[in-house]
This record gives sequence, structure tokens and C-alpha cells, in this order.
Amino acid sequence: MMAKDVLDIKAESAQMDTDKMWIIMGPQHPFSHGLWTLKIQVDGEIVKDAEPIVGYLHRGWEKEAEARPYPKIIPMADRLCYAASMTYTHLFCMTVEKALDIDIPEKAKYIRIVADEICRIQSHLMWLAAVGTDLGNLTLFLWGMREREFFMDLNVRLCGARMTTNYTRIGGVRNDTTELFDRDVMRCVERFEKVLWDLIALVDDSSIFVSRMKGVGNLTREQTVNLGITGPAMRGAGVDFDIRRDDPYDNYDKIDFDVPVMTQGDSYSRYQVRIEEMFQSCKIIRQAVKKINALGKNAPYRLKVPSNVPAGRSTARLEDPRGESLMYLISDGTDKPYRLKVRSPIFTNVSAAKPLVQGSRIADVPVIMAMIDMCLGETDR
Amino acid sequence: MDIDTTYQAPSVDEIKTLLTEKFAGKVNVTKIETRRVYATLPKEFVHEVCEYIHEKLTFEHISTVIGVDMVDYMQVVYQISNYYTGVMVELTADLDNHDLHVQSISDIWVGGNWHERETYELFGIIFDGHPKLERLLTPDTYEFYPFRKSYKLRGQE
Amino acid sequence: MVYSSILNWVQFPDVMSNMYYPFNVYNLPYDISYKLWELLGGTIAWLINLLVPGNPVSTWLVCDEVVNMFALIIFMIVIFLVVFIGTLISLWEERKVLGRLMDRRGTMIGMKGFLQCVADGFKTFMKENTMPKKVDKMTYMWTLALVIGTSVLIACMIPLSQRWFVVDYNTGLLIIMALFALAPFFILVSGWGQNNKYSLIGGMRAAELMISYEVPMLIMIATTALMAGSFNIGDIVNAQFDSTWYFIPQIVGFITFFFCATAESERPPFDIAEAETELVEGWQTEYAGMKWGLIMLADYFRGYVACAMVTIMYLGGWLLPWDPLQINTYLPEITFLIKTWFVFFMMIILRGAIARVRPDQILNIGWKVFMPLSVINLAIVLMLKIGGVY
Repeated sequence: MMAKDVLDIKAESAQMDTDKMWIIMGPQHPFSHGLWTLKIQVDGEIVKDAEPIVGYLHRGWEKEAEARPYPKIIPMADRLCYAASMTYTHLFCMTVEKALDIDIPEKAKYIRIVADEICRIQSHLMWLAAVGTDLGNLTLFLWGMREREFFMDLNVRLCGARMTTNYTRIGGVRNDTTELFDRDVMRCVERFEKVLWDLIALVDDSSIFVSRMKGVGNLTREQTVNLGITGPAMRGAGVDFDIRRDDPYDNYDKIDFDVPVMTQGDSYSRYQVRIEEMFQSCKIIRQAVKKINALGKNAPYRLKVPSNVPAGRSTARLEDPRGESLMYLISDGTDKPYRLKVRSPIFTNVSAAKPLVQGSRIADVPVIMAMIDMCLGETDR
Repeated sequence: MDIDTTYQAPSVDEIKTLLTEKFAGKVNVTKIETRRVYATLPKEFVHEVCEYIHEKLTFEHISTVIGVDMVDYMQVVYQISNYYTGVMVELTADLDNHDLHVQSISDIWVGGNWHERETYELFGIIFDGHPKLERLLTPDTYEFYPFRKSYKLRGQE
Repeated sequence: MVYSSILNWVQFPDVMSNMYYPFNVYNLPYDISYKLWELLGGTIAWLINLLVPGNPVSTWLVCDEVVNMFALIIFMIVIFLVVFIGTLISLWEERKVLGRLMDRRGTMIGMKGFLQCVADGFKTFMKENTMPKKVDKMTYMWTLALVIGTSVLIACMIPLSQRWFVVDYNTGLLIIMALFALAPFFILVSGWGQNNKYSLIGGMRAAELMISYEVPMLIMIATTALMAGSFNIGDIVNAQFDSTWYFIPQIVGFITFFFCATAESERPPFDIAEAETELVEGWQTEYAGMKWGLIMLADYFRGYVACAMVTIMYLGGWLLPWDPLQINTYLPEITFLIKTWFVFFMMIILRGAIARVRPDQILNIGWKVFMPLSVINLAIVLMLKIGGVY
């Protein structure tokens, strides 16, 4: 059928099947948010097989961490997931604090909650913008980015940086909340709760958007759990588990919020879970800010910690915007870690690419992978 | 407590009792904290214990498989969590430096597949029965295992 | 003959008194080009006459036959320039309106952003003209030329008013539709000839989309012609002036034709053929630089043609029903262009608000929704015609 018999991509099999062909999406592809490859084998329009290839961004993070004293690892943890950087530094500081066996001040815990939730909203807004580009609608992209700017401004208020914030420290946070920070946060959150309805209306009121997301990328509860998928993708399939509520850390047990769970298991329910999570984050921020105000201006926000961590092992886990992230630390009494392991949620979510896209059409693949919300920095570490 | 019934949301004490009863002499539960159980076991029983934890105690999710290089020996650490109670069980198995083989648990939890691949390519621990034990994050041409202590970074020499 | 001043050459006679006048009725662009040549040719003739008095070249330059010949050449240029500027204005309109929808300003440089479009086109044309090694050279070049050529051809053939036309033919609407419908075949062959998996898929998708949306369009064109009594564009516009604009009785047809026109111009939400996020540009993958710029321009020409067809068939063409300022006699072309740009404005809003439709969903909509609707429209018009209302 070709004018000249030339293949311009590598095929897995030696000869070219006329009915099945391998399409390599990536690493330089407009839809992949980050540097990874997804090879899919298509038969006409249906996807038969898929294989994700990651590792383009592997920096040997864990090995590098073994050569640095603990405070120097905090900026490194920022760059693990550059889109949601507060949560990884928080996780690292929690792990070291567990190894040191200290209890950080109350104010620091509440400030960390506020920072985490701001990071969660901002990360979900970036995800929403990416969904817009994948579905061919640039209006959603620009509106999502515009809202995100307000939350990045809050980050600047708090610590001076928009993205890689480098804010939490072992024993607390780097600085107290600034003047009128609570006023700014409340203004931002109140405005956001109204404007989010506009963005939702753009998607939910249009049957084209909904029909492209419904019924696509279906997974049952058993499959989701067995594949190790965590986070909003798991809660969209009916698993009622959120580390903030069921395995609480840092005063999340003193805050009252709901965990959205949908039972359908397709892309639309994952989308709904994330939108509802944004509303719940606003609720959490309100309560935490009130508690910070109640503690007063002169409450301590940081403890002095020794630089040598006693020998032992500690684990901490945290509800990242993308799933369950975990750090495992083996310390040996010096000021550098012996072994520091990071578990990133996207690493396992991407490994489930084959069951997710099998059986759907080529045009559905970007939509399904957008709902997983890739961030390559944490996958490859 | 009955070791043959299925418990959906066992508490930490129940888990300790059940594990020590069923695998007497093999599993050694070292510590218990709120929602955490730590145990060590020889490497031959890893698969059996994991199967029991998965089916009878309904621990549906494997969080990580971690490799550790203690210079005289190696270790594999499994962290398994329960979605009904938030409990996490940590199993540690020691491996002799001359015999780095462990049975793979990717047939019990498919989510452990890539974790075991990563541990293999960074430490050299071979998981028997793994469907595709190849390099994942590092280039295919690497012939060494980067995260072992014998491989030194420039700042560590 | 003695000529004392240039005014002896530049006489501006009545254009229709020239016995070689090619049209039946008064034609404004031809009049303009006739007068332009009188001015230009007359000046050249007078200058030559100054150097060499009484030479035959000067008289040849301004005699009847030759004036017509040169006027025809300038006529082509005038028509193309007006259509080109009209399309550039619709391109500028798209960038500004889409920008405002997305809470930004669009292009800002140069006459509120208009010259930016010109500059972009200029930049694209300055790029290196490469040809990939693996493509089939004949199909690669010829299909592209044909796609662009037919698009520009029909864009120029649309009459802007009673006195602004190229050919006044009795089957006007049908010819425009026929040429409009040629593009999918060229796109299919082009996608195949590029020897690239992505282009092949893109070309096939574009062809299947366009072919399935042409059926409702043809039915609706036949319906309009039925209602007006002929395919002649002037007759259709005059019929709407006598009764109401046709989008009122044919409201179903108006909406359906609008969507079919959006699909035919490969605009979002129906732009699967160029879906960047899936197949990196589709059938245009291997075209770079100037060729890609021409494809983009041809896309906007087709968009302009589609909007013009909507205006002619449903929005009353170049006539306004209530006319206190006598625009119908003095500036009907501006009315027509403004109506076309308004229809394009509606297409832009559609683009900004809606996601891309999946290919199988597009075919579903085309065959299962739009075709029955166009048949319903035909039934309504038949009843109105038989009932004597129109």
C-alpha cells in the first residue's frame, strides 16, 4: 500500500504486520507531560498492547542523598516533583523527625498543612490545564493557569519562591507566616471557590467533554488495588482510603474534612474526585488558618535539632496530590543518611499503563494518561 | 485466634498474634507501634508469608520493595499496607552476598512488578519468577549496579 | 495627433460603452481596473509620446481591445487582493476574539494586531523550502498545489454583491459546493504520498470526515435552491430580500449547515485531521515552511468560503431588509463582509468553548444526527412551498 516500502519507526517484530502496528508516542510528543515514551500496538483503531518506557530523567537521587548532610537534602527533595514541591520536603522532614523522635511545635504543623493544601490545589489546577490541552480546548488551559497564578503568589508571600519552595525544615518550617498572610489566603480561597464553578461548567456542561471521559479507561476496584494505583485514580474506583484521614500525620486528625470517593472507575470519576478534592482543600485551609491565628504571633515554629541522627530506621508516608508517597530512612549515627528510599506514586501508576489503555481507541489514550497526572521528576528520581 | 479465617481489618496486636502463631519460628515480630508492625524473616519464606498476609489478612496494597546494601550482606524490605485500617507491615529479609535470589511477589501483587525491577537494576538482587527482569531507569548498557556501596560517587571517595 | 496634456489620454469613458466589455451587467471591480489601466497605461503612453511623438505603441496602449486585456489582468489582481485581505481580517479576528475568550489580549502589534498576521505569513514564506527524501515527489507537490488552488479559486468566485462578481452563472451555488468538495480527495492522496504512518492515518481521517459531512450540506443547498427558485446566487439573495431571511423558516437547516461548514473547514472541534496531541499534525506532518504556511492560509480561505455560503443561503446575502441609510445601493459589499465575519465570530466562540470530538463520534454525529435533520429541514420547506407561504 505504501508508495515506497520504508518504515520510519522501529517495530517490535521483525516484519511489519499489515493489521497491527506499533506507534511510539514520545519522548518528544505534544501530549506527554514530561519526558517518557508510551509504545502502543494498534489494530485499526483499537489499542491491543502498551508499554511505557521511563528513565529519561533518572538522576540517582537516592544515591546522591547518601553523600549529603540532612539539611542539604531538602532542596533536592523539592526537585523530586517540581510541580508539587511542598509535599516532598514535608515528607522528608517528617521522616527525619521520626528518626530523631521529636515532636515539632503545633504552629509548624498547621503551617505545614496550609502549605500542603495550597500545593495540592496548585498541582490539581495544573492537571486541569493539561486536560484542556489534551482534549483540544485551550480555553481550559489558560483559565486553569490563571487560577494557579494566584496560588503561586501565595507561595511567594510565604517563602519567596513560586515553585521549588524549599520551605520546610527538620524541626519545623523556615519562617513564620508573614504579615497579613491569613488575609491573603482567605481572599484567595474565597475567590477560588467561586471561580472553580466556572471551570467546572466549561467541562461538565459540555457533553463533548463528558462523553470523551466517560466509560474510558475502566478499571475495577480489585484491579486498581492489585496494580498498586494510589491517589485520586484509586478513589475514583471505589477505594475509600486517604492517608490524611486513615493514617494521619501532623495534626490532620484535628481537622474535619471529607474524602471524595466515586465508584465508576473510569476517567470521568477520576476527574470528579480531583475537583472535589480541590473544594475540600479549601475547607482544610480555612480551618488550619483559624488555628494558626488562635495560636498567636509568638508561638514557636521551629525546633533546633542535632545534626547527627541516631542509628535506626524510620518510615513516613504522605498523601501527595498524585497518590501515596513514602520515604524510608536508615540512619547510622552520622550526619548523612545510610539509605534513603523514595516511593513515588506515579512510578506505580505508570506501570499500570497497559491495563488502562488496552481495548480503547488511539484517541482515548491521551485522555486516560492525562487522568493519571504524570510528573516525571518523581517517577525517575 | 484462628489462623485460617480471613480478617478484613485486623488490629496490630491481632496481626502479631496471628503471624507468630502461623509461622512460629520463622517470622520474628520485632516491634509494634500504632498502625505499624515490623518483622524479620528468612528469605525462603517471603512468598509464603506474603501470600498469607495478602489473602487472609487482606493487605491489598504493596507500598514498596526496598533493597539495602549492608556491606556484609544485603536486605530486602517489603512494606505492605491495608486499606481498611491504615496498618502497614514491614518485612525484612536478609540475603547472603553470594546468593542474591529471592522469590518474586509480583504474582501476588502486580503493583510490585516495577519496584522489583528497580531493585534488581540498582542492587543486583534477582527475583525468581519475575516476568520481565530488565533495566528500567538506567540505560540498557550499564553493567554495574549503581546503588551498591562498592560504587562510589565522586563526593564519597 | 497632438496631445498637449495627459488629460487627453485619461478620459474615463463609460466602461460599458466599450464594445469589448465582457459582462452583461455593471461590474464594479472591472470598472475599477479599467480606470486604473486608463490611468497607468495612459501615463506610460503619454510619457513615451513625449520622447517619441506620434509613435504607434502609445496609441496601441490605450486602444479599446488592449485596454480590456490589461483591465482583465488588473481585475484578477483586484479580486484576489480583496479576498486575501478579507481572509486576513478573519484570521486577525480569530486571534483577537479567541484571546479575549481565554482572558488574554491576542496579538497587539501593528494596527491593533492586524500587521502581526501579515508578518507571520511573511516569516513563514521566508523559510527554507525543504523536501523530505522519502516522499513521492509528484503527489507531494501536486496535491498540495491542488488543495490550495481550489481553495483560493472558490474564495475568489464568491460574489460580494450584485456588481462584484467574477462570473454570473446560473448554477453558482452548486459550482462552489462542487469545488469545495474536491479537497478531501487531494488530502487523502497527499497523506498517502508522504510515506509516513502518521500522515496516512491523518489523511484517511480527514477524508472520511469531510465526505460524511458533505451529504447533509448538499441536501441543504438543494433545499435553499428549492425555496428561492434557482441556484443563481443573485436570485437567492433577491428572494430573501422580498420575503424574510431564510434562517427563520429553515432554523433547523441553519444550525445544521453551520456545524457542517465548521466540520468541512477542519476547524476545531472537528479538527481530528490535525489533532496535534495525538498524531503530530496529521496529514500535514511532512510539509514545512512555505508549504505549511500556504496550507494554513488555504484553511482560512475555506473557512471564509463556508461562512460566505452560510451568509448567502441563510442571512440574506448583501441586502438589508430595513435600509434607512441607503446602504443597499452604495455599499452592499461591506454588508456582505460584515455578515461573513459575524458568522466566523460564532465559529470562533465554538472553537474556544468545546473540546475536540473523537473520530468515531464525529462520524456518528454526521450520519445519525445531521443527515436526518437536513431531511427534516427539506420536509419543512416542502410543506411551506406547497402551502404557498414562500
